[in-house]
Amino acid sequence: MNVDLCVRIGSLVLKNPLMSASGCFGYGLEYADIVDLSSLGAVVVKGLFLNEREGHQPPRIVETPSGMLNAIGLQGIGVHRFVREKMPELRRLGAVVIVNVCGSSLDEYVEVSRILSDVEGVAAIELNISCPNIKEGGIQFGCNLSSTHEVVSAVRRVTTLPLIPKLTPNVTSVSSFARAAEEAGADAVSLVNTFLAMAIDVDTRRPKLSNTMGGLSGPAIRPIAVRMVYECAQLVRIPVVGMGGISSARDVLEFMIAGATAVQIGTATFVDPFIWSTLRSGIEEYMARHNVGRVTDLVGSMERWI
Amino acid sequence: MAPIDLDAEVLRNTHLSAGYHVLVLAAPGIAAATRPGQFVMIRTTTGTDPLLRRPFSVFEILRDADGTPEAISILCKLVGPGTARLAGASAGDRLAVLGPLGKPFDLVAPPSEAWMVAGGVGLAPFAALTESLAALATPTRLFYGGRSRTDLFYLDWFEARGVRLDLATEDGTRGTHGRVTAPLEAALRVMPADRPLTIYVCGPEPMLKAVAALGRVHGRPSQVSTEQVMGCGLGGCYSCVVRVRDESGTPHFVRSCLNGPVFRGEDLVWE
Ligand SMILES: Cc1cc2nc3c(=O)[nH]c(=O)nc-3n(C[C@H](O)[C@H](O)[C@H](O)COP(=O)(O)O)c2cc1C
Repeated sequence: MNVDLCVRIGSLVLKNPLMSASGCFGYGLEYADIVDLSSLGAVVVKGLFLNEREGHQPPRIVETPSGMLNAIGLQGIGVHRFVREKMPELRRLGAVVIVNVCGSSLDEYVEVSRILSDVEGVAAIELNISCPNIKEGGIQFGCNLSSTHEVVSAVRRVTTLPLIPKLTPNVTSVSSFARAAEEAGADAVSLVNTFLAMAIDVDTRRPKLSNTMGGLSGPAIRPIAVRMVYECAQLVRIPVVGMGGISSARDVLEFMIAGATAVQIGTATFVDPFIWSTLRSGIEEYMARHNVGRVTDLVGSMERWI
Repeated sequence: MAPIDLDAEVLRNTHLSAGYHVLVLAAPGIAAATRPGQFVMIRTTTGTDPLLRRPFSVFEILRDADGTPEAISILCKLVGPGTARLAGASAGDRLAVLGPLGKPFDLVAPPSEAWMVAGGVGLAPFAALTESLAALATPTRLFYGGRSRTDLFYLDWFEARGVRLDLATEDGTRGTHGRVTAPLEAALRVMPADRPLTIYVCGPEPMLKAVAALGRVHGRPSQVSTEQVMGCGLGGCYSCVVRVRDESGTPHFVRSCLNGPVFRGEDLVWE
């Protein structure tokens, strides 16, 4: 059976619903040796500010049951070096590039987005208003409804690229943030970023991360992420990009049935960098078995008990 | 060369002591491609706990009778739940092994000598390095320190390959009583300045720092094999960073999986 894996995010048509999650795939090129980047629906690159950033002191990660905490602190090369040093090769490899945009201020989000809008090969902007690991910027926009509306509207005014605000789960009602983003002109929302968390070494009585707190990702968060994606998809009309702990084709399908149009995979790619082809064939096999012709037919297809 | 991911069969698991063992893995492709100092990422379970792979230096590159590389070994120290799984592995088990990864050591040739300095499980990259240096006929020494006599392994192996050994134990049960930096410093003092040598070092961070400093004081280049906590080993996650100086002398965090794990001692900035 010939199955159609195409999905649409705003004006962007992706050949399949699988994307790398920001911060878990470098700038994509690190993987060019072992993964055909053009085979992914999109490559979402590490979060970028206007300028270079050093990030936090190590230790930056620690394992927890079925998951991990990270506090990388958004180390990165800044938007100018990214455009100069990484984009030409990403274009050459045929990657559909989505840039995760960060900012310490409203002006910085706008400026970085404006710069990217003129760059050939940038397919969309994922607006990172949800990083739990830095003091300034990021989450301070994502935890307040009016700030979320304000930053999304401001970026909307300077770009025609598909705009995907990335939401934090560290709020009481994620779906109200999805609604605020939609009202401000977002083309889609992505969720979840990591859950603010902490681990302590009881022998040394020190936190296991130098930053004290970090973000929890991996299979441990999947059921909460599925619930949040479901709630958002119920409330907004724009597509929802779902993530959080996806490690198998069945996990991808779970998110799509809950309402995700596309998905991102982060932590699981650390364990299996070759996961992409496994996920794709698993989805195709499911569709053939369940007689589903188009993957979009699965989106929000959950059946209720009564 | 692109790293390979193999479902490698465990050929042997040799316990050296209560805390150390050597795991031999059938991995011909990885064995053929590995250069000394490179590492592999090993999955210790097929489940989600512990979740991440663990980085291990390639210890030995093992060959069949014709000299064709057929297996690698890794030297493991028992530290947590992941390494406990590896300690319990037996012949016939299979483990996902990804590699080779990272930048290898630069090999020095005669008249230069190679002085290897190992602390505990920091011996790990030096068996493969010894074989490559032997092929160049580079004179080699190994300064090797552990807590006790029972924490020093493979001494006969290194001696059989012509490596001159200088041992140290913290409890004084073998070699110099104290840290391995003591015999190293003594040897550096008496080495004539016109005889070139390069220091290769792997071990706990305070030791790396001390040895890199000794190299600087005595005007000897060092190659430092760092051991950071790693998420992916491929440059995806930015967790394994160390601080190094760039050409202008400005320190930056760089990923030890891509830019290392081997760095020039003079480039590393210690916290
Ligand atoms: C090491 C690491 C770094 C991350 N860096 C970023 C980042 O730069 N920008 C961002 O929006 N999310 C970042 N995230 C969050 C992921 O993109 C993703 O939202 C989260 O990890 C949940 O997905 P997962 O369970 O599949 O990893 C990072 C996650 C990890 C584990």
